[in-house]
Amino acid sequence: MNGDYACCEGALSAGCRFFAGYPITPATEVAERMSRRLPALGGIYIQMEDELGSMAAVLGASWGGVKSMTSTSGPGFSLMMENIGLGICTETPCVVCNVQRAGPSTGLPTLVGQGDMMQARWGSHGHYEIIALAPSSPQEMFDFTIRAFNLSEKYRIPVIILADEVVGHMTERVMIPPEKEIKLVERRKPKVPPGDYLPYHPDPDWVAPMANCGDGYRIHVTGLTHDERGYPGMDEQTQAQMVNRLIQKIVSNADDIIRTENIYMDDAEVVVVAYGISARSAKQAVREARAGGLRAGLIKLETVWPFPEKLIRDVAARVRAFIMPEINAGQMVLELQRCAGGACPVQLISHFGGSIIHPRTILDAIENAAASKGYVKNKDVEARQAFRRSYRRRQ
Amino acid sequence: MTNKKATKALPPHPMEALLRSERLPHIWCAGCGIGTVFSSVIAAVQKSGYDPDKTAVVSGIGCTARMAGYIRLDSFHTTHGRAIAFATGLKLARPEIKVLVVSGDGDLLAIGGNHFIHAARRNIDITVICVNNLNYGMTGGQLAPSTPFGAKTTSSVSGCPEEPFNFCYLASACGSVYVARWTTLHTRRITNSITEAMQKRGFTFVEILTPCPTSFGRRNKMGTALDTLKFYHERSVILNDIDPRDAPVDFGSKIVVGKFVDKERPTFIDNYQLVCKTDIGDWPDFDGTAVSGSQATR
Repeated sequence: MNGDYACCEGALSAGCRFFAGYPITPATEVAERMSRRLPALGGIYIQMEDELGSMAAVLGASWGGVKSMTSTSGPGFSLMMENIGLGICTETPCVVCNVQRAGPSTGLPTLVGQGDMMQARWGSHGHYEIIALAPSSPQEMFDFTIRAFNLSEKYRIPVIILADEVVGHMTERVMIPPEKEIKLVERRKPKVPPGDYLPYHPDPDWVAPMANCGDGYRIHVTGLTHDERGYPGMDEQTQAQMVNRLIQKIVSNADDIIRTENIYMDDAEVVVVAYGISARSAKQAVREARAGGLRAGLIKLETVWPFPEKLIRDVAARVRAFIMPEINAGQMVLELQRCAGGACPVQLISHFGGSIIHPRTILDAIENAAASKGYVKNKDVEARQAFRRSYRRRQ
Repeated sequence: MTNKKATKALPPHPMEALLRSERLPHIWCAGCGIGTVFSSVIAAVQKSGYDPDKTAVVSGIGCTARMAGYIRLDSFHTTHGRAIAFATGLKLARPEIKVLVVSGDGDLLAIGGNHFIHAARRNIDITVICVNNLNYGMTGGQLAPSTPFGAKTTSSVSGCPEEPFNFCYLASACGSVYVARWTTLHTRRITNSITEAMQKRGFTFVEILTPCPTSFGRRNKMGTALDTLKFYHERSVILNDIDPRDAPVDFGSKIVVGKFVDKERPTFIDNYQLVCKTDIGDWPDFDGTAVSGSQATR
């Protein structure tokens, strides 16, 4: 199954029953499969007139109480930004799958890119926090789409899946677990009667229970700055309260949201930080480096936003170098540098798009970093550790 | 303090049940026609007999769009131009909910024009109420797709160089099953028209010409809001059931109002169910028994 299909299957397993989209390479296959699968499941597939409308319809369906999603690529993602902002402001759970291609503009429609990382974070106007996941295989397209729905329902936010053309079009074996083994999270319902309900009064975890349209709560939902009642409030205090909540619900729950896969990180000295398809090249490079006796490690970012700041800061203090391969001219590397805070050098392997980064390029970078002054090869370290162990035993 | 006490002493608003009265006073200018339309919308919701808990209002951005904030229903004040697209998602996800879209002419037919024509084509089961005040009121009175040729606005000080849309003709051409136009002077007819539109299945459209004394009227020598209403009174002619292409809004001669279209057509959901129950492989039907209206509604 290819990655796009796997995304669709993940969404259906997560309970998605509404899809509004617009055809765009390389994300079209998600929509196509949805159009075939949804009617039989009692869901709705609608091909909208553009991505502006697709995103708006997805939000509308979500307020109707139905899990909803759309899929797109760069140019469509740009058009969706407006209503992604509305989704963030009104705290509407939904999922947007961006199968990235190389840009800017129409760019390379059929070829890979990872240039929308920063757009995913702050592409819509105003200040907010977002959740974005980066799958690197069809299996992860399936798994992460389920997780994206769970996170979106839990934190009431549009969750973005930052896939790319290669992951979307790559065909691999995908294991779909039995239904009962898939853990699903549903949005929190208000526990109070309509008269007492404050639509934006958060629970201690900063997330407010959500009443759907038609539940009898007669909610007002607006993209204007609003207070706990959901009513517009044109003053700086309301603005501060609202924006602070939007940020805090992500920041204070970062440990729950952030997931990384750490490979050979126990004793790694040169660490590759990678995401999406580039993480697969990186994994291969790190394995080869290990085979060559270099103490290389990999931090694969499964969650790209919020960025695993704490982890990077901890690791930066004990490693010799970070290497980050990305198919853009350097976006996430800025975040990596910021979090490393000068504790260790950060090297970018940049590729402008059109093809993936070859593992050899990353291996070269690992070897170069390892060859710099003061690096101890694995053998020496093993000898040193063996000595330490025997020393402790004697004591 | 005295003011507060005075407010408390007032009897409840006659439309209290469907009004978020705690949000009053509203933002609309003195003389604005949106209040009239708003009352008609509330009256129509009551008259139509739908359960208010299963009725939703969706709006975009602009003066009219603020209606969503004052009506005590599930109400959504969305992004500029996207009200119909949002309503499409809401309606398809929850077909049992009656969905009304209320917005201005700029919101629905300039920035939102694409969603308008496609929702009408698909026959999404929503009622669209367009308050046409001939300009962009909230931003201070710029020209809109409804601004008459030659009218003065803040972005056309020597006169609007563009010809306006005939919204009713557009709606009808796109397949809307119910099309009507009134002015704010025709309060009862607006209420009846919206009620009728709500009770129909499919994409229904009601346009209401509204005075905008603050932004439009004063630049175009239309005098006070009352003068505009008098103007509407003198110039408007009710011609029901005529082809809306023959019913332009012409301030030079006459303003044709009335109910222009009232027909039946299968909605998006009718057709979706029809097609999806059939084997996808058999469609389209080339043997002469193409999907027709009567089949689609069964």
